Amino acid sequence: MSGWQWPVISTVWLPPMARFVLEPRDRVSAFAPIQVALLALVLTFVGGGLLFAVYGVSPVRGIYAVFIDPLTTTYGIGEVLLKMAPLLLIAQGLAIGFRAQVWNIGAEGQLILGAIAASVLAIRFDGTTSALLLPAMILAGMVAGMAWAAIAAFLKTQFNANEILVTFMLTSVALQLLYYLVTGPLKDPMGFNFPQSISFGSSATFPLLIPGTRANASLFMGLFATAAAYIFVRYSFAGYRLSVGGLSAGAATYAGFSSKRAIWLALLVSGGAAGLAGVGEVSGPLGMLQRNISPGYGYAGIIVAVLGGLNPIGILFASAVMALVYVGGDFALLSVGVPNAVTGILQGMLLIFYLACSLLLSARIRRIREEPA
Amino acid sequence: MDVLTFMISGTLAAATALIFAAMGELVAEKSGMLNLGIEGMMATGAAMGFVAATVSGSYTIGFLAGALLGCALSLVFAALTLVFRANQTASGLAIGILGLGLSSAIGKKFESMTLPGLPDLNLGFLSDLPVIGPMFFQLDLMVYLSIVLVYLTWYVLNRTKLGLTIRAVGESPENAHALGLNVRWVRAGCVAFGGAMAGIGGAYMSTAYTPLWAEGMIAGRGWIVVALTVFGTWMVPRVAFGAYLFGSISLLELSIQAFGVNVPSQLMSALPYIVTIVMLALISRNALFIRLNSPASLGATLKLP
Amino acid sequence: MPEALLKLTGVTKRYGQTVANDHVDFEVEKGRIHAVLGENGAGKSTLMKIIYGVVKPDAGEVIWNGQPVDIASPSMARKLGIGMVFQHFSLFETLTVTENISLAVPGTKSELTERIRAASAKFNLEVEPDARVHALTVGERQRIEILRCILQEPRLIILDEPTSVLPPQGISKLFETLKVLASEGIGVIFISHKLEEIRALCDTATVMRAGRVVGVVDPRQETAKSLTQMMIAQDVPPPKARQGSARTAPVLTVSGLNHTPLNPYAPKLNDLHVTLNSGEILGIAGISGNGQDALTRALAGEIRTPPETVMLDQTPIGMHGPDRRRKLGVHFIPEERLGRGAVPGQSLAENAGLTTYHQGLLRSGFIRRAARKERARETISGMDVRCSGTEAPAQSLSGGNLQKFIVGRELSLKPRVLIASQPTWGVDVGAAAAIRQKLLDLRDAGIAVLVVSEELDELLEICDRIQVIFRGRLSPPVSVSQTDVDHVGLAMAGDFDGLVAADG
Repeated sequence: MSGWQWPVISTVWLPPMARFVLEPRDRVSAFAPIQVALLALVLTFVGGGLLFAVYGVSPVRGIYAVFIDPLTTTYGIGEVLLKMAPLLLIAQGLAIGFRAQVWNIGAEGQLILGAIAASVLAIRFDGTTSALLLPAMILAGMVAGMAWAAIAAFLKTQFNANEILVTFMLTSVALQLLYYLVTGPLKDPMGFNFPQSISFGSSATFPLLIPGTRANASLFMGLFATAAAYIFVRYSFAGYRLSVGGLSAGAATYAGFSSKRAIWLALLVSGGAAGLAGVGEVSGPLGMLQRNISPGYGYAGIIVAVLGGLNPIGILFASAVMALVYVGGDFALLSVGVPNAVTGILQGMLLIFYLACSLLLSARIRRIREEPA
Repeated sequence: MDVLTFMISGTLAAATALIFAAMGELVAEKSGMLNLGIEGMMATGAAMGFVAATVSGSYTIGFLAGALLGCALSLVFAALTLVFRANQTASGLAIGILGLGLSSAIGKKFESMTLPGLPDLNLGFLSDLPVIGPMFFQLDLMVYLSIVLVYLTWYVLNRTKLGLTIRAVGESPENAHALGLNVRWVRAGCVAFGGAMAGIGGAYMSTAYTPLWAEGMIAGRGWIVVALTVFGTWMVPRVAFGAYLFGSISLLELSIQAFGVNVPSQLMSALPYIVTIVMLALISRNALFIRLNSPASLGATLKLP
Repeated sequence: MPEALLKLTGVTKRYGQTVANDHVDFEVEKGRIHAVLGENGAGKSTLMKIIYGVVKPDAGEVIWNGQPVDIASPSMARKLGIGMVFQHFSLFETLTVTENISLAVPGTKSELTERIRAASAKFNLEVEPDARVHALTVGERQRIEILRCILQEPRLIILDEPTSVLPPQGISKLFETLKVLASEGIGVIFISHKLEEIRALCDTATVMRAGRVVGVVDPRQETAKSLTQMMIAQDVPPPKARQGSARTAPVLTVSGLNHTPLNPYAPKLNDLHVTLNSGEILGIAGISGNGQDALTRALAGEIRTPPETVMLDQTPIGMHGPDRRRKLGVHFIPEERLGRGAVPGQSLAENAGLTTYHQGLLRSGFIRRAARKERARETISGMDVRCSGTEAPAQSLSGGNLQKFIVGRELSLKPRVLIASQPTWGVDVGAAAAIRQKLLDLRDAGIAVLVVSEELDELLEICDRIQVIFRGRLSPPVSVSQTDVDHVGLAMAGDFDGLVAADG
């Protein structure tokens, strides 16, 4: 495609009188992705404001309720940190795959498997005071998440089956598996037939970070994943190979980087990270295995990864924003009385605006000055 | 009603939503647009269709409203990918997420209501035929329209200039542009059709198949639709066949219980997804076959002026 | 004086810093065959894209039939009556010939079939209306492309390097067609960099250099030498003669290579044999799409074969991938620079490592970034690559400069065997000469070099031996001293028996 030219877009969406062209940027500045993300956020404020207006709430009041209110109390900040932990873990894992164009959209299912595996240990060794229980649960959760993602990797590398579809279907299967377990084998026998397991003991749960909040030490797993992802992406040869594969499959083949290895690595890493997030939920705010483990963290993680520009540091900030949207949606339900479906719409808007604004990452708009002939 | 009648008439009804959405998605994919947001468009169509039908008392208005909103969402996808040159996969996921949020917001206040459900047609002597009548001729209008849609989709794609144009755009947008075809409009049109059909499919779920609105009622059907285009290797009759196959699988859940077989219900609920995975692996295994039949530019970011 | 069909004045087009067209004036008349002559990068394609509405000029005026026009898109160009035959065609492989034509020409299927038959007889362009394009040869495809253009009843036809895809015998047939077109009053723009063709065919030639028009001449009144002088700014040094005597021994052997590509439209490789000697350049001639891609991939290791099918010295390497073969000294320069030889969005520093990590750029799984940057810097200075530095993204370089960078990168690793696919394709004159000289230097240093090229002149100039590839089969080798353009040309059309010149 060496012949492809950056084109005139005036015929597409700008008035024909103005002469603008899109030109490729020679160099993308380090700040450009941040600017794009901020622009997307501002547009989401505008779109969200309109949405609140539809519900008869003052746009400013609504946006304030979602994006500012939660940050004014310790409890609110604690909730944001709490929700940030799984989003951060999942997004760091997914981003590694997305960079290689391996689209794991089944983090939700891998999270469920991680939660199940950790719960099995917590239930089996209930009552123990061993300090090894939580680490064992963390390990089990990670391995289970990896194993669930490995099914997709196997089918992709051996059977060429589309990983997007397979990971999604596996999520639906994981949900049914969870429903089966909490109503059957893992159900609390003394639980009045509620579909949930026993409550975990203290040696099976993460310690709290801030008194008076629910934020717990699982956030450290997310921060550790961020540091690891940063080093992996920036300095490691394996990370480089993955990004070459994602940017240009032809160049990767030419260089001799195996695409199968890339698929395995991408899915195992993202599956393992999602599994850890599952452990964080059952051993954190929930303290048990139940039907609703995640309010769609697996899908929101996709948004976080993209919104963070697939960059480990960007993802750190993006996960905070998305966690804020989750918490803010709940706050807005109470304070201004809009349904928390608003959360999903705001998340979708953020992603859509970010994707639209991303055009400015690879190209800039230049005005043509008519020259005297 | 005997088992066979139940299975056949049930399959036809269960497949109808899939057929609408799958024909729409197939047309979009034929033009090179991989819209992964079907789930969200179907959900929005279902919520909007139910609300509109309930408020207006007209099923027609319900379907139109569902189609319109599905179409509107798909146009956001078209704008992202065709004007802003965003990645098709990410854009489709974005539409899916937005659509699910939108559906939940739209349907919130209607969650505990029900509709009588789209009435079955009386096709005169056909409906009165013994055996065959109850199997095939006592169903609602949309079931028959979905069959007409299958034929029309096949006819347009394979026998008309429009279909030729769509296939050409899907094979090579660059060449199509060089020939003077308007790639963006063709693609946007196909995507809009796909969105409208997904909206109708969703509306069928909420006004006819199970005439109520519940969050999450689409339950992965949008994704099964995307998988169906792969099973059917982008050929209309095969995609339709796949839809009926899945219709019959979703009935298994009910019939197995009717037979009193003791299988965990969750296993039966998981069955359609497991079957999808297995079928996907079996069909995709022949990479050459997939390559020969898939639209060559499917999913690729548009690189045109 | 004949009436001007199309007239451009002061047309300017910039891409970033480079000025592709600098105040170009250009005029075509009815019924005339007008050549646009210039080296790669002279601005010919940009000018044609402006005329065909693919790109918009930044400044200047386009006058069609005396009326100023703003050609916004190819479809508008077609409505005005401007048709274009693309170098790499714009046909749809899965569709039939008639379907391909019907996308651009209105009418029912039977009408169209009738018109196709009539036009193919009149213009000497035989085609099979119901055949699917993927089954056709390059020559047949070009005929369809031209036919499709003609059936739109254009008043001006642009042909972009139409002879580059034809075997020598096909060219005279094409010329007859073009002369019939001109006699019907249609204006023809013929783009080429081959002087003899232009002298044989064209009435007028506009010569371009570095984005400017440097002359409008009657090519019949000019000599090849005078045209060359107009076209080329700098003097290109002739390749140096072989240094020292040739001492050759077989290094890389391919025996009985068979391969069925995943792309159903590409030819199958059928029992290929190659012996590549040290200190020689072996050329693989042939029209593109006859199996060159699979052959080079099999040599480079992107396609695995049974071990003994590819042997390096006495060691089987058919089962090894590209990275393993590179460690053994087998290097490959692919035809596509962006998206294969280099990652478009990554910097030159990152691209410097693409194939060379295992040579000292890694420390326990981590990249030595400083060493990588240093290697990029060496490659840039060693090959005189014009760029803004080691952080410039690969896609910001011109084709020639990027190719020099890739060649430099592969040579920095001291290959024993070098495989180069179309090494000078689309590269400006200076860079092409530099690359050719590098290949000759390698040969003199005793390295085994294999060059795949469509440019027969280039192969005859630098190679010791030539093999011809046609529909996935490979001719036996012939020494360049025993053959000539005509005989290789026959072999390119499938007649391997005639490869050796009778008097050779």
